[in-house]
This record gives sequence, structure tokens and C-alpha cells, in this order.
Amino acid sequence: MGKTIAEKIFSKHSKKDVKAGDYTLAKLDMVLVNDITGPLSVMEFQKLGNISIFDKDKIAIICDHFTPNKDIKSAQNVKMLRNFAKEQNIKHFYEPGNVGIEHVMIPELGLARPGYLIIGADSHTCTYGALNAFSTGVGSTDAGMAMATGDTWFRVPPSFKVEIVGKQKKWIGGKDVILHLIGKIGVEGANYFALEFCGEGIENLSIDDRFTISNMAIECGGKAGIFNYDKITENYFKELNIEIPDYIEADKNANYEKSTLIDLSKLDYTVSLPFSPDNTTSINKLEKTFVDQVVIGSCTNGRISDLRIAAEILTNKKVKDGLRVIILPGSPKVYLEALREGLIEKFILAGAAVSTPTCGPCLGGHMGILAEDEVCVSTTNRNFIGRMGHPKSKVILASPAVAAASAVTGYITSPEEVM
Amino acid sequence: MILEGAARVFGNNIDTDLIIAARYLAETNEIELGKNLFKDLRPNFINEMNKGDIIVAGNNFGCGSSREHAPLAIKGAGISAVIANSFARIFFRNAINVGLPIFVTSENLRSIEEGDLLSINASEGILVNKTKNKTYKFDPYPEFLLNLVEIGGLFNFTKNRLEAGV
Repeated sequence: MGKTIAEKIFSKHSKKDVKAGDYTLAKLDMVLVNDITGPLSVMEFQKLGNISIFDKDKIAIICDHFTPNKDIKSAQNVKMLRNFAKEQNIKHFYEPGNVGIEHVMIPELGLARPGYLIIGADSHTCTYGALNAFSTGVGSTDAGMAMATGDTWFRVPPSFKVEIVGKQKKWIGGKDVILHLIGKIGVEGANYFALEFCGEGIENLSIDDRFTISNMAIECGGKAGIFNYDKITENYFKELNIEIPDYIEADKNANYEKSTLIDLSKLDYTVSLPFSPDNTTSINKLEKTFVDQVVIGSCTNGRISDLRIAAEILTNKKVKDGLRVIILPGSPKVYLEALREGLIEKFILAGAAVSTPTCGPCLGGHMGILAEDEVCVSTTNRNFIGRMGHPKSKVILASPAVAAASAVTGYITSPEEVM
Repeated sequence: MILEGAARVFGNNIDTDLIIAARYLAETNEIELGKNLFKDLRPNFINEMNKGDIIVAGNNFGCGSSREHAPLAIKGAGISAVIANSFARIFFRNAINVGLPIFVTSENLRSIEEGDLLSINASEGILVNKTKNKTYKFDPYPEFLLNLVEIGGLFNFTKNRLEAGV
């Protein structure tokens, strides 16, 4: 029997050849924590005694969630992480000034590559599947122990093949693809599975579209969301000046326990209504839904192509009266590119607020919390009860194109309606 | 291991934001986290429950974020175990790692009502609803996980490995 991408990556990182269902101790190429999960990881690590981390170049501490520090406790947490990074000589420590959202930054830094095995104490660590890596979210203790040993245990997941065909119309992006998939298979549809995205249609999905898709694999329970390597991946690394000696391809006779097909040409603008990411609908089936706030950013949709789409729609237009629009570039690099391309100016002229990179409002941390009964259309990844603030507030998940169009009208709107 | 307590009944897809909302995540102490358990879902939960109570849930318990604060808050509030039809993967790992007993069963748990007295025999894989005189079976841990639980979780596993140099 042939192997899936997941089986091949785990075999490569284990002392033995493994297949789905096997338990294995596997070596890690990168261990990631943030300012929420990191303090618990460090506390556990320090309980192991007076020891050193396994590799100063393979641990990243990215203070992106509650930064710029929103209160005293958050400041204490970042201080603790800063001291730990210094003590252990950790190369990749980031806080405001050089920090971006972890899942935007790690790829930019070239720390996620084809065939890599990565864990991160953040559920959206699955984002790097876009680059043909196996990356997955774990808890703080897992990450803390891995900082000491450089490996961790896994049960090799079975794989779920998502074959993508066709070509999408303008304004349809990665967000529509992944929301459609989650709506189709449900929030538990891929629990414990590695999603594998393949098929001729992936050539129509930019690297940023792929980051968005892999990022939300966890929203249907996926342990990973891995894309096939192709010209688009190759070009991405060329631009980063990184040589890629090898990538991972599934065998033709690999075993998939589940599979599904997505035809990009049939996709419509898709949103997830409260209070679950699988509560999806295409927006032409939606009655007029007014919003109080628009958020464009996050590890899901805070990349330069996302901001370009939003800027194209907002150029020479005004944010609807009474609406708050908050735009969060995903990293300093994205911010600077947006600034140089004139996107930031367009946003400000339209009447949007532009924030420093942070996870901020996505998880109800800060920088755009919702009041009772308020509704927000957001390019983020979760619309659970109370996710962005008051337990009686609501979040509707959408693409940057739909979010920007809605910023103009004040209700959930298709980009075609305003362009 | 025998665990006994009153049932606290929840539905499907209880996410980690509902277990412990993000606004409490700057906290790392499990007792403090426990004070805000299920705040947005059942604001009075912490006053209604007693130490030792057992959470009974449907599918996909603990979906969403990887916050270890979620099993810590449950443990810190004094809940003795969670039994559900399925768990989200990261939550399951975290619970094992922090020493919160959790069990998976394929049996239909819907006849269990809030407050029913439950007893769990972990080694035999049996849940008894003493109020309704009904017995349910649950799945034993796979061998690898059983070993991990028996030595006291991932921390001890790692410490032993570091000491043995393997």
C-alpha cells in the first residue's frame, strides 16, 4: 500500500516506517508558542530542572495575541517569555516592533518548509500545510516538553483527500473554499484526520489562498491541511531565496479513508453564520443582515493579497456611516508592503482604522471588542458564542472581499454589488 | 480509580471559548481559571456545581483553540472527569497532559440528566448512573496512552526520558 503525505512526513521524522494509526515519537523541525500558551509551556519546561532547550534556532516565541500588552497580566506574561528567550538564547523571539501574527510570520521567516514537521501551541498552526509541511496545534505542555526533547509523540492520522477542480470567478478566494468545505463536512468532519488538498484546481489558488484554507483545517477538526507542492509553492520559496531540495508527494495508491471534491467554478461567496463555522450559507441566500463592525485581518486573512482585495473594493469609497472598520495587517512585512503600495492610505481615506499587527479582536482579546447584540462581519476563523466580546454579540465569518463590500453598505454584501 | 459525582450535562461541539473565554487567558493558575468556567454558557455554573461532579457531553467536546487553560479550568473548578461521545483532538491531548480524567463512549448518554449521581470505574471502563440504575461502557485508552496516563502524564514521561538519556 502506498503512503499519504502525512504518512511520509511522519516516517521521515521517526526511527521507523509508520502508517495511519501507528503511535510514534517524531523529531520536530520547529516548536512554536505565543504569549497566551507560552507562559504555561515555559512553566512546565522549567519544572524539568535546570536544562537547556533542544535547539535555539528551532523554537519560536511570538507574542502576538494580547500585544501590544493589553493589561498588567499580559505584560507580565510577555516579560516572562522575554526573559526565558534571553536566558535560553532563543533566536526567534518577537514582540511589538518586529512581531506579526505567528502564522503569517513563520512562513515569511522561512521557518516552515516542504516536508517539515512542526508543532505549535496554537490551534491554527495547521496553516503551514499550505507549504507542504505537516504542522499541527498542540497544548502548552506538549510544546514545553518538546522544547526540551525536540520531539513529541503522535498518532499518525488517516488522511482525507480533498480534490479541487475548476476555476473560480473573480472575488472568490481561499476563504470561500474552506468555509464551503467546513459547511459540507461539518465541524467534526475531519476530526483526527489530515486533510490533503490536491487536484488540478489548486493551480488556481494563490499561496495566500492556500494559507487561508490550511489555516481553517482545524475548524473541521483537521489535524493538518496539507497542499501538494507545485509551481506556486516553488515560486513562493524562490521569492524568499530559499532552496527547496525536496518535497513530499503522496503515492498513487495511497490510502484515504475519506474524500471529497470541490469544483471552484461552482463556488459562491460563502459566510458562516453564528455560532459555528459550519453554519455556512452562500450570501445570495441570505436576507439583509446588518452589521456594526467589520474586521479584516488575522492569521486567516491578514496577508498582503487579502489587503489588496479589501483596498481595491474600498478605493474612493466611504465606510458606511455608523460602522466601525478595523484592518489588521498580519505582520510588519505585510504592513510595510501595504503602506508602500498605498493601501493604508486608501483604508484611512475610506474611514477605516488600521491597527498594528495583533490577533487582537479575533479571540476577543482587545482592539475591537463587541458590545451586547452587536454583529461583526470578520475575516477571522471562529464565530463561537462570545468569541469577539459580549456573549450576546455575533460574528459572521467571510472573505476579505465580502467584508470590504459590507463595509461600504453596512450589511453583508457581495463584492459585485459595490464594484 | 473510582470517580463519583453529580452529572453536569452539555450538548455537542462545546468549544474551548465556552469552556474558558479568551478574556481570562492571561491567567495561568488552574484554581483562578476554574472560577470562570463556562461563564458565557452557564453564568452560574460554578455556584451550582460541587467538587467531584462529572461532565457528560455529546460529540466534539473541546473543539476550537488549543488553550490548555480549558482542561485546567475544568480541573481547577473541581470537576472529577469528563465523559463524552467524542473529543476534539487537541483538547483530548491537553486533558491527558494536565491529568484531567476523560473518557470516550459510543453509548447514547442522552438519558443522563443534570444532577444524576454518576460513578465511573476507570479501569473497568464502566459508567453507572446510580440515580437511574443504568450502566454504560466506555472505550479503554489505547496502550500507548494508558502507559502515558499511568506514569502521570507527559511531564513524567519527558522527565524519565531525559534522566534515562533516550
